[in-house]
Amino acid sequence: MTEQLIEKIETMEKKHEKQKHQREKEYPKSSVTLKIYRANRRAGESPHYDRIEVPVQHWTTVLDALLYAKAYKDQSIGIRYSCRMASCGSCGMKINGIPRLACYTKVSELQGREITVEPLSNFPHIRDLVTDFSQFFAHHHNVEPYIQNDNADMQEKNKLTEFIQTPEDVDKYLQFSYCIKCGLCYSACPTVATDTQFPGPQALSQAYRYFIDSRDTAPKERLNLVDNRHGIWRCHFAGSCSSVCPKGVDPALGIQLLRGHLLGYSKNEKKAAELKERQKKDD
Amino acid sequence: MEHLCSLGANNKKMTMLRESQIMKIHYITAVAALFVVAVHIMMRIAIMPYGMSLEYENVIANYQNIPYIVLLESILVLVSIHGFNGLRVILLELRQSKKWEDGVTVLTIAGMIALVAYGTRTIIIANGLGVE
Repeated sequence: MTEQLIEKIETMEKKHEKQKHQREKEYPKSSVTLKIYRANRRAGESPHYDRIEVPVQHWTTVLDALLYAKAYKDQSIGIRYSCRMASCGSCGMKINGIPRLACYTKVSELQGREITVEPLSNFPHIRDLVTDFSQFFAHHHNVEPYIQNDNADMQEKNKLTEFIQTPEDVDKYLQFSYCIKCGLCYSACPTVATDTQFPGPQALSQAYRYFIDSRDTAPKERLNLVDNRHGIWRCHFAGSCSSVCPKGVDPALGIQLLRGHLLGYSKNEKKAAELKERQKKDD
Repeated sequence: MEHLCSLGANNKKMTMLRESQIMKIHYITAVAALFVVAVHIMMRIAIMPYGMSLEYENVIANYQNIPYIVLLESILVLVSIHGFNGLRVILLELRQSKKWEDGVTVLTIAGMIALVAYGTRTIIIANGLGVE
């Protein structure tokens, strides 16, 4: 029995070793060439691509490669980053044409020996790989991304109440609260490309996130915020926002659910009943 | 930044109908149009051979049939509303300015009314109620 087990383990080890060699053959990427978009319009520098070769390992991310290039090859590369662990959403850029987080994309998972890095689409360009997020954050700000609750008295400390939620209540919005505002969905959205007043998938999914939160008491106001000519109805449901999200948020789902509430086929009766009950208790 | 923060505020325009109400009409007209057009096509092929149904006498005979006139008029109205609102939605995305948006809205409503009026006129004339 034991011999059989040892034999099995040895076979597995051999198999792993073989796979490792095969992988190394497939990825002989001891180095890759970064094709970096360079432009600084303020300095009169016209857009062009710089090719920089950088050494890589299996675990090297595109951000690591870029930082290597910045440290040892060309210190003038403009790049924004912070946490290096897909938490801050700063290093969003187009990698081989797809919006991705540079810190979350390993070089080994990309095909070819040349990696093209460009600034995010649908954002005003500042320099090299850095884009301006003012408009994006303004759209986020416009959907009032915070809990509004009439029962929460912010002045009187004694009147502070606890707003209890069931796990089911939390489930309704939990995935949308994982948004890190990296702007990848905004960059992938075809509607944003043509309509600058369209709030974009991020803002609309956040509108849903607060709308469906059982602690929020301003659902009507929230619906009014997105129910306009350039609002939620301009979404074409391309779904590209959901496919590029690095945190597994499905903004397209949030938009469709919010639309359902606007059309009146998704009633929020349960929530209304709960709020009434809560108000009675408070009184 | 103040300008950017007012992006949403700019959208809060005084309109006769909310966008959700317009889109409700858009979806309802689409479903209703599918139904009436299906009935219309069935009438073309169920009563007599398709080629015969398009002969002059048979087409004029259709216009003498009041329920069929109602069907044709409803197709005209439903498809016009749905189509012109679809056109408005597409044009709204092209440019973002109040002038353009109001212009597009007025033009598509005018186009819709003109098409319905012209189609209704055709129905009335073919029915023989109009002045020849």
